[in-house]
Amino acid sequence: METLPTVWFCAVAVLWVGYLFLEGFDLGVGMHMKLFARGEAERRVLLNTIGPVWDGNEVWLLTAGGATFAAFPLWYASLFSALYLPLTLALVALIFRAVAIEYRGKVHSDRWRSAWDWALALGSGVAAFCVGAMLALTTTGLPLNANGDRVGGPFAWLNGYALLGGAAVVGFALVHGLAFLALKTDGGIRARAHAAFVRWLPLAILPLVAWVLAVQLRTGEWWSWALTAVAAAAALVAWALGRAGSEGRAFIALSAFLAMGAAAIFSAVYPVVLPSTLDSAYSLTVTSASSSDYTLGLMTVVALIGLPLVLAYQTWTYWVFRRRLSVGSIPTAHSVIPATVSRLVTGQPAGK
Amino acid sequence: MDALEIARWQFGITTVYHFMMVPLTIGLGLVVAILQTVWHRTGKVEFLRMTKFWGKLFLINFIMGVATGIVQEFQFGMAWSEYSRFVGDVFGAPLAMEALLAFFVESTFLGLWIFGWKQLRPGLHLTALWCAVIGSVVSAYFIIVANSWMQHPVGVTVVDGRPVMTDAWAVFTNNTALVAFPHTVMGALGVAGAFLLGIAWYHLWQRRHDGIDTVAVVDGTAKRGKARGKERVVVGEAPGVPGRDRTDHAVWLKSLRIGAVVAMISFAGTAITGDLQGKLMFEQQPMKMAAAEAACHDGTGFSILSVGNVGSRNCDDVVAVMEVPGLLSFLAKGDFTTEVKGVNTLIPEYEQAYGTNLPDNPLYGDRAGRDVQYVPVMEVTYWGFRAMIGFGGLAAAAAAVALWLTRKGTVPQSRWLMRLAVVGILAPFGANAAGWIFTEMGRQPFVVAPNPAMAGSVDQVFMFTAAAVSPGVSAGEILTSLIVLTLIYAALMVVEVRLLWTYTRGGVASAMPELAHGADHEKHDDESHPGGKAADDVLAFAY
Ligand code: HDD
Ligand code: HEM
Ligand code: HEM
Repeated sequence: METLPTVWFCAVAVLWVGYLFLEGFDLGVGMHMKLFARGEAERRVLLNTIGPVWDGNEVWLLTAGGATFAAFPLWYASLFSALYLPLTLALVALIFRAVAIEYRGKVHSDRWRSAWDWALALGSGVAAFCVGAMLALTTTGLPLNANGDRVGGPFAWLNGYALLGGAAVVGFALVHGLAFLALKTDGGIRARAHAAFVRWLPLAILPLVAWVLAVQLRTGEWWSWALTAVAAAAALVAWALGRAGSEGRAFIALSAFLAMGAAAIFSAVYPVVLPSTLDSAYSLTVTSASSSDYTLGLMTVVALIGLPLVLAYQTWTYWVFRRRLSVGSIPTAHSVIPATVSRLVTGQPAGK
Repeated sequence: MDALEIARWQFGITTVYHFMMVPLTIGLGLVVAILQTVWHRTGKVEFLRMTKFWGKLFLINFIMGVATGIVQEFQFGMAWSEYSRFVGDVFGAPLAMEALLAFFVESTFLGLWIFGWKQLRPGLHLTALWCAVIGSVVSAYFIIVANSWMQHPVGVTVVDGRPVMTDAWAVFTNNTALVAFPHTVMGALGVAGAFLLGIAWYHLWQRRHDGIDTVAVVDGTAKRGKARGKERVVVGEAPGVPGRDRTDHAVWLKSLRIGAVVAMISFAGTAITGDLQGKLMFEQQPMKMAAAEAACHDGTGFSILSVGNVGSRNCDDVVAVMEVPGLLSFLAKGDFTTEVKGVNTLIPEYEQAYGTNLPDNPLYGDRAGRDVQYVPVMEVTYWGFRAMIGFGGLAAAAAAVALWLTRKGTVPQSRWLMRLAVVGILAPFGANAAGWIFTEMGRQPFVVAPNPAMAGSVDQVFMFTAAAVSPGVSAGEILTSLIVLTLIYAALMVVEVRLLWTYTRGGVASAMPELAHGADHEKHDDESHPGGKAADDVLAFAY
């Protein structure tokens, strides 16, 4: 009876980790458009490191949301409606981010590009923050009534955990993005990204560590504490490897930290998917929030077919685009000139 | 306004907006994939140029579809939590499958296509595009399955007051979905057709306007007593303007003809599938059918024009002034005599089956106990239905005229006609929007429409829209997002259209800078060796 909901609880957790792992570095690179990159050529290098993959990464978010809807409709409904305003903000951020990536290079003017750089950097940061806040709140609770609806007004969700979760994902994305850049670029960017990664790692992952510990202190069990220890070890290893100059292994260790940290969190809260801070009887659990076994069974079959395929072709994509980028490989940009004779005659200069 | 009203506006606006991008993505994606296939097979350079140019516009539009689609995915939980709770067991599955089986394919392979021009072998690169395009079409199927279940619930039983899926096959082969899906894809092709037609027309016109192409009378092979010889276009080139060579003419002429043919096929396709939809609607949602006709009394005629206050829900105000006898029966049933039930007959039937008032349930909040209005807003259903068919038909007729006018190999010199062709791009967009508004508003007051008692139909699964909205969310919150999103959408629409226009005016050279800046691009973009690998061939840089 409880098997399928538990399986799907794990599946949803895996989807969220997949999202944070993959889009984590996209969001980080997005923020670094303003924080890290120096000059136009570097910005274009940054953008092109995530160019072929960012949209595929974002679909992990859609899949996590869709899977939550399919497998735990009550969880989806309560969480999303309770967080109406922060999620609206997240959507706005994601809209600006997506459009910025695609439109930034479409007009050859500094003002245009600078405006979209801000949209991309802020959009990435705000999206990371809101998603982090949402995930933290689903592990620490919201004021829900018996029907699963939020009481206490539009800002009833606002508490320290929300801020902590937001900071955790932003911080993680920042260093994860640096680690990714060190792997994907060459020359000055690579060296600077790696150095910044080593320098900022301890500080940037602190909020995530704090969130893991907070959840353990509330509802931790011995096995989730064990996972916490593994996560802590992975973080230390990532830092040590980074200091030793090993870019690839540091990236993997940091990712292991994320995965283990998330595993520690989700295993500590299980079987509750969304606690009610008003009355624990109102909390949503894997069984009370889930779909029927029939639907879960159907989804299991679909996921067993679909997910390996997704992993296969996404991995292949990273293989295809495995080459490092550097400032030197970026071609020059041109403006788009109307293809008319009259423009030619009136002497519109070619390429602004 | 209360939360329900605002939530409906917000859903309608965001969804209709999303569906401005979507049909262009689906339709243009298919067209570009076919163009690249032809290039791959024949090696004709104009098809490479067409692929690049239309591909560029496709991408400018695509991203807006992505950005607005994310909103759609989240909205059900945010604004319609009661709805999500009620239908989650059936409705979430197609949504999750859409992401897992379609969006992943679409976005990943599109990334490969955009950046892989030099990185992938040509055959593989083409395959990547086809995967992405098929992904879009599959995504349309899944979302239509979800929507069709709201129009015609199947494959469920009621457990504890909620529908629970018992037959996934029935859900995924819902007859409503099986006709709505091809209808929607055909509608999307219409958008692409008019888009190609309008923009190609503009360029052919510009070439004539610039004196590059001229029309001349070609010698005396004219027989049968015709004084004038045959008029033929004389294709020229303008060496100073990037891309304006002889091939350029073929690019636009072929684009125009393909666009016109696609628009005509699309209309035929929508008409055939739309007819099937009408017949299903007659069975499944008789009130919607009656409202589409503003038909108060039972009858057989299809109204071409009804006067009086179509919007008033008091039917006696409406008088049909022009009617095609029998056509309505044909639309609904396939013969000319079956009486289609009018609104006045249906109201008591609905009232008896689903009550005259909303239930006294706390879910309905202040709305509990209010009268239920079973007739949708007839102004919308009546005119929506006609606008859909009208705009589609207009585009198809215009496409036929365009084929005729361009038989000489170019377009007439009239600036006015050129403008008409460009503005005509909007017609199929209008048809699509009207179709959805009709479908969705015609379903009111239900968000999940009940099946009339029929053999084999799922009984007593329905939900009033008034019960669907999130009970815990305040009107102010939804209003905030309504205003914010509407403003952002409006601003982005301006940006998108301006970008599309800039790249349109730049012609093929806007998508192939090597046409303009040959020298510094030689190494990067070699038209003849797209698979060749220079040392710095890392990506086909897009940004
Ligand atoms: C270019 C677009 C376009 C064109 C030319 C048409 N349609 Fe359409 N129609 C749509 C685009 C569309 C749509 C936007 O795709 C809809 C909305 C929901 C759906 O499934 O398709 C739709 C819905 C829709 C419905 C509603 C189904 C329901 O609510 O259950 C009917 C009955 C028709 N159409 C019938 C027709 C007929 C008889 C047409 C005759 C030529 C026609 N449509 C042309
Ligand atoms: C993309 C095409 C679609 C368009 C243009 C569209 C349009 C609309 C419009 C105009 C409304 C407002 C109706 C009213 O206020 O009377 C609406 C409502 C709604 N639609 Fe659709 N819709 C589309 C697809 C879908 C799909 C695919 C679903 C479900 C998967 C869906 C679910 C809903 C819901 C939940 C509402 C809110 C309840 C209501 O007011 O009816 N729509 N839609
Ligand atoms: C209200 C219901 C809808 C939801 C929840 C929804 C959801 C989404 C989402 C999340 C995306 C972004 C995917 C990405 O990031 O790549 C998207 C894009 C897309 N949607 Fe929708 N959608 C809805 C209505 C529709 C309808 C009715 C159709 C087709 C008939 C459709 C077809 C597409 C296609 C083809 C794309 C990809 C192309 C593009 O981004 O423009 N959608 N949709």
